[in-house]
Amino acid sequence: MLAVDLLLTLAALATAGQCLLLPGLFRAVTNLMAFGLVMALIWVRLDAPDVALAEAAIGAGITGALLLTALGQLPASQRQLQHVNYRFPHLFIPITIIVLFIGSLVWAAMLSLPKLGLVKEIAATLPYSGAEHAVTAILLNLRGVDTLLEIAVMLCAVAAIWSLQQAIPPPVLAGVNYPGLTTLARWLHPLFLLTFCYFLWQGTHAPGGAFPAGAVLGAGGVLLLLTSNIEWMHQRAYNPLLRWLLSAGLLLFLATALSGFLMTGTLYGLPPPLAGYFIIAIEVATALSIALMLMTFYLFGRPGNWP
Amino acid sequence: MKHALSHLAVTTDVLFALLAAFLIALSLVSIFTARHLIRRLLALNILSSAVFLLLVLTARTADGIDPVPHALVLTGIVVSVSTTAVVLALYLRRYRREPPC
Repeated sequence: MLAVDLLLTLAALATAGQCLLLPGLFRAVTNLMAFGLVMALIWVRLDAPDVALAEAAIGAGITGALLLTALGQLPASQRQLQHVNYRFPHLFIPITIIVLFIGSLVWAAMLSLPKLGLVKEIAATLPYSGAEHAVTAILLNLRGVDTLLEIAVMLCAVAAIWSLQQAIPPPVLAGVNYPGLTTLARWLHPLFLLTFCYFLWQGTHAPGGAFPAGAVLGAGGVLLLLTSNIEWMHQRAYNPLLRWLLSAGLLLFLATALSGFLMTGTLYGLPPPLAGYFIIAIEVATALSIALMLMTFYLFGRPGNWP
Repeated sequence: MKHALSHLAVTTDVLFALLAAFLIALSLVSIFTARHLIRRLLALNILSSAVFLLLVLTARTADGIDPVPHALVLTGIVVSVSTTAVVLALYLRRYRREPPC
């Protein structure tokens, strides 16, 4: 298996190097997407299937589509990406110093010290957490406050983007140049929905859960947005509904944390008999919120300007 | 001495730790030297992936796979895509003529 690891390492180094060192804006972005896919394979090799699912959907798919959409909006003066200064000392010396520093740090901190984890503690509390899969239990119950703050960070990002400018209208495809694209996006959407429901259902007992599910539904929604199949998001009448839907995940999370406080006396302390129901409710709301927020990132501004 | 050297055998962990060190070095240098803002953003994305790699490596303990770093990395991936979106929106705002809303 070391040969596979070596191949993955070389592929990651090659894509990252091409992304950061070679000229050409489009090449850099496509190499970043390839790098995301290689990282997803590395997560699988390191026994982290949850991370692999999220990375494949977000790191390779959604980040790449965000960057490509932004590239299309850039003025001509910004479309050139200069050659990096390759001369020997400029790149070589700082990279060597940082590699030696981090390498020694990793060796001292990770490889030579005994590795302490929370494996036994998690296994002991898992039956009382309301989920059978450890990562889901940590995300939505044991360290639920982290996830609550993360949803708040995403909502802040949406608010920051909306305060900058009006939404960029979707490109006019008009069915002339790309006759199959709009139809294909519409026909593929049930498949995205099916995958979303499968990940949600699987999340309580196996790798899956709110994050990969939200990422998959968000990716499908982005495809629909780019082919202008979602018009309600741009219409003024639906703007209040959109705002409520965006904040639904955070509001439900806050309500859960407060009801845990009322029932057990600690913030987010869910009582074990009811924890399973709470986890399902938060999982669905979080996944829908993540999907909708990932979709609104693509507008690069505030929608709701159409009558 | 023999004990210390025995950790230097090329295993999966050592290989990926070296990869993370190289990626962190390359992306840090790019963040500070690149001229184009998009390239700095790409370097930031690669830097976050390398840090996630280090975190996931710490999850491989003697008792088995520790799920806490995995949950942290899942949260981190979503936060890094939010950062990318905000930076891109700021960047596009600079080149648009219309008044702010």
